Amino acid sequence: MDAVMLSRLQFGATAMYHFIFVPLTLGLGVLVAIMETLHYKTKNEVYLKMTKFWGRLFLINFVLGIVTGITLEFQFGTNWAQYSIYVGDIFGAPLAIEATLAFFLESTFLGVWLFGWKRISPKMHLISIWLVAFSSNLSALWILIANAWMQDPVGFVLRNNRAEMTNFFAVVFSPYAWLKFTHTITAGFVVGSFFVMGISAYHLLKKQNVELFKKSFYIGATFGLIASILVFLIGDFHAAEVAHVQPTKLAAMESLWNTEKAAPIYLILVPDESKRTNMVEAFPIPSLLSLLAYHDPNATVRGLNSFPSNDIPPVTPVFLSFRIMVGLGTLFIILTVLAWWYARKDKLLEHRNFLRIMLYSLPLPYVATQVGWIVAEVGRQPWIVYGLLRTDDAVSKNLTVGDVLLTFGVFIVLYTALAVLDFALLIYYARKGPLETD
Amino acid sequence: MLNILWFIIWGLLWAMYFALDGFDLGIGILFPFFAKTDQDKKTMLESIGPVWDANEVWLITAGGATFAAFPTTYAYMFSFLYLPLMLILYGLIIRAVCLEFRYKVNNPTIISLLEIGFFLGSLLPALLLGVAFGNIFQGLPIDQNGYHGNLLTLLNPFGLITGILFVVAFLLHGSLWLSFRTEGDINVRAKSLAKKLWFITLFFAVLFLVSAYFVTNLYSNYFSIPILLVVPILCVLGLLGAGIFINSSEILAFLSSAICIIFLTFTGVGGLYPNLIPSSINNAFSLSAFNSSSSQYTLAVMTIVVIIFVPIVLFYKFWTYKTFSYKIKEGEGEGY
Repeated sequence: MDAVMLSRLQFGATAMYHFIFVPLTLGLGVLVAIMETLHYKTKNEVYLKMTKFWGRLFLINFVLGIVTGITLEFQFGTNWAQYSIYVGDIFGAPLAIEATLAFFLESTFLGVWLFGWKRISPKMHLISIWLVAFSSNLSALWILIANAWMQDPVGFVLRNNRAEMTNFFAVVFSPYAWLKFTHTITAGFVVGSFFVMGISAYHLLKKQNVELFKKSFYIGATFGLIASILVFLIGDFHAAEVAHVQPTKLAAMESLWNTEKAAPIYLILVPDESKRTNMVEAFPIPSLLSLLAYHDPNATVRGLNSFPSNDIPPVTPVFLSFRIMVGLGTLFIILTVLAWWYARKDKLLEHRNFLRIMLYSLPLPYVATQVGWIVAEVGRQPWIVYGLLRTDDAVSKNLTVGDVLLTFGVFIVLYTALAVLDFALLIYYARKGPLETD
Repeated sequence: MLNILWFIIWGLLWAMYFALDGFDLGIGILFPFFAKTDQDKKTMLESIGPVWDANEVWLITAGGATFAAFPTTYAYMFSFLYLPLMLILYGLIIRAVCLEFRYKVNNPTIISLLEIGFFLGSLLPALLLGVAFGNIFQGLPIDQNGYHGNLLTLLNPFGLITGILFVVAFLLHGSLWLSFRTEGDINVRAKSLAKKLWFITLFFAVLFLVSAYFVTNLYSNYFSIPILLVVPILCVLGLLGAGIFINSSEILAFLSSAICIIFLTFTGVGGLYPNLIPSSINNAFSLSAFNSSSSQYTLAVMTIVVIIFVPIVLFYKFWTYKTFSYKIKEGEGEGY
């Protein structure tokens, strides 16, 4: 273990941990805002109770998303100083803009929403929660603009031993950034809707607060159905963009070793990285990979063996993660179609097994978002900025193994304790249902 | 020109962070000693509840702006000060979670752990940020081979004086905020505590300003351009104002202590100019507003962003402070 590997592990672990909490913030924020809007329009008390119940869970989750994000912002400097020097001219700007445009708005109006129930007008209160939902998604946009630049660097020249920005708008309107942004927030919406449906299913199975949770489930299912379809469609366009700008990542996603025209997708495939081939390839769907990657069944797709061996990412984790993500994405569409249909026909209570399935499906979108990030970030290796700067050259020069080992150890202990506390609280308040005082 | 503007913005962001998060960090440090009853605790938490999170965003913005405008400083400042920075991060993480969850759990053991966490998580960042800036004011041992210090070399007398000054100034700032937001017994106690803290802060402020003359180069800019001496003078006037107004006007006392903290930061930053991180080995290795900055293009883009959006931020933050400046009635603090 050297400082590079440990820093990678530390960054990867803290980033994945951060992304346990962020997608729920993105999705549940919008759902709570929808619920409060329904109360504002109908004056029906059940929507107010609903807003407060889901709002409390939103808050418990929210704080961990915030604090774990600070860690990431500072790690670029602490552990990746050479990276920060090399790309700071471009990469720092979206981070600073994210704080100025989004974080202030998000944190200010969350405080206003939380403490403002009796202090401001219902209209201003409603505007506050929409501002929170809007700004958390806005912050996703700016951090993903930064991340997209690492995947597909645009709008820069190499000058003064670093990458310098020459076109801000090329960076901001990079197609890669907008595909990644829309793919990520719709994934967050799926997480939020499965969270609402899963917990609602729990209470419906117990026949508690039936009206409130039927309505919650229906809101979650409608939102989830739209989001599941969108995340899948955008994912398809995103994969095509990856094929265009990151051919090694695309080849790793499908474990394609040799360049092929009209490349198929194998339903069953086992990669063998040491021999740079696949151990098993079975049940091909002809031309599907060419179709997905280039929207042309006869297109040629470059295989991993056509690249220098020190330029390709680890194949097995990328390939497996991609398969799991796509499989789950398909499952989400099937589940949300059924959920929406049953909720709409008011038949949820009759389908107890379906409610159980929805309860136990609650963690699945979390899994999908985590493996999605493995595809994105492990698939980018060995580059920290694709084609421009290698991860090995990006680490802080003064770091010792002892330093990183120490801080990484503390992160693991601290984050584990916080996760246990956070999940315990989420489960406690989720099971308890709406409080009488609400 | 843009480099100078961004140097000023850099100092301003840190000053805003210390002046705003300072009072809620101070209340966090006071928390275990000041609160006698559960109701006191709830009142203390409600007094900072609506604003603490947004106050902390100034730190993130200061970090982000350093990254965007002075990437080389950002890279070296945070990698050289690796362990203290990580300790600050741990503190802020623990603090936020403890504050948020304090009134959401029922288990007494966990409650006392959360209260300890809230205290330590407030003390550690306040102290270590002071220590870090005390060391930056003196200069860090950097040359072409990097940094030649460690966690212990940072704990030198001047670093510690600055650290303690930060802690006591934040305590004073916090107790003044608490008196402004409360009435009855807690208000009276906050004021009498503020009076004691005022003398302690005065002592450490004088100690800081005097010892800075001997161990740092902070005053050379002020002696070469004497008009700049208005900055440290405003810091002292702010502190005097806080003392004068404690009895007559809670809001003026609080604002005076904010002015004191802002101009204390400016005193340091103004003395550093043009450096962000001076080298104590040889000034040739110092990181300055000119040799560590982003390109003129990036600085121009960021300037436009600041001109458009910072007034909007200030507008709604001002509105929030106005909305939540009501007095918390005795016995009615709601906690967090």
